[in-house]
Amino acid sequence: MTLPPLPNSAIALGQSAADWREAIRLAGAALVDSGVADASYTDRMVDVIEEFGAYIVIAPGLALAHARPGNDVHREGLAVVTLATPVPFGHPHNDPVSVILGLAVTTPESHVTSVAALANVFNDASAIPAVAAATTPDAVRAVLGATEEAAA
Amino acid sequence: MKIVAICGAGVGTSGILKVNAERVLDRLGIDAEVTASDVASIATSAAQAQVILTSPELVDKIGKTFADIVVIENYFDLEELERKLDKALG
Repeated sequence: MTLPPLPNSAIALGQSAADWREAIRLAGAALVDSGVADASYTDRMVDVIEEFGAYIVIAPGLALAHARPGNDVHREGLAVVTLATPVPFGHPHNDPVSVILGLAVTTPESHVTSVAALANVFNDASAIPAVAAATTPDAVRAVLGATEEAAA
Repeated sequence: MKIVAICGAGVGTSGILKVNAERVLDRLGIDAEVTASDVASIATSAAQAQVILTSPELVDKIGKTFADIVVIENYFDLEELERKLDKALG
């Protein structure tokens, strides 16, 4: 159970976002910058929340932004965005959000490995505050147990 | 015993619920099959399910079902999952 690689281009720390849409777009931009997905995937992640609400805020302070697999996803990938000032997403219990994980997968089946690895990391309640407080990409990778590049 | 974890897109968050529900069921010694699905296909995916796991935000979208709906606030809190699953299944 391993996470997709997490290059520096997939990590944006201490960002500012005026609202949840901007926060999601920051995560989408990190997926685009790291070559995982096209910009249309960002729009689709926003659409998921427009349609279904803030259910992606799955734990206090943490949003798992994602959409279905599609042609705009080049490979499975993860992005991590932290906010200098947390923003509300409209979740009844877990607002405000300071950590946004952007997840892109290529097939419905392939996401299971990544999410199992994410669960391994974040079932430890100290992980979300640790990512939120990280000031370097290395610190984020250390909490997640992620590598900078894919294993050869 | 069938349990369905529901999210909006059918990938990602429902997968986390599935993985963690399996861990808790294992801990409780309950033999159950957990699948991940999306709101749109719930009519078929939950037809045979005893329990639906989902987020407070999605409860209203689930519609009529004979299954017990278990609402999970923190998907990474295994204690919450264990308490609520134990209550629903016990």
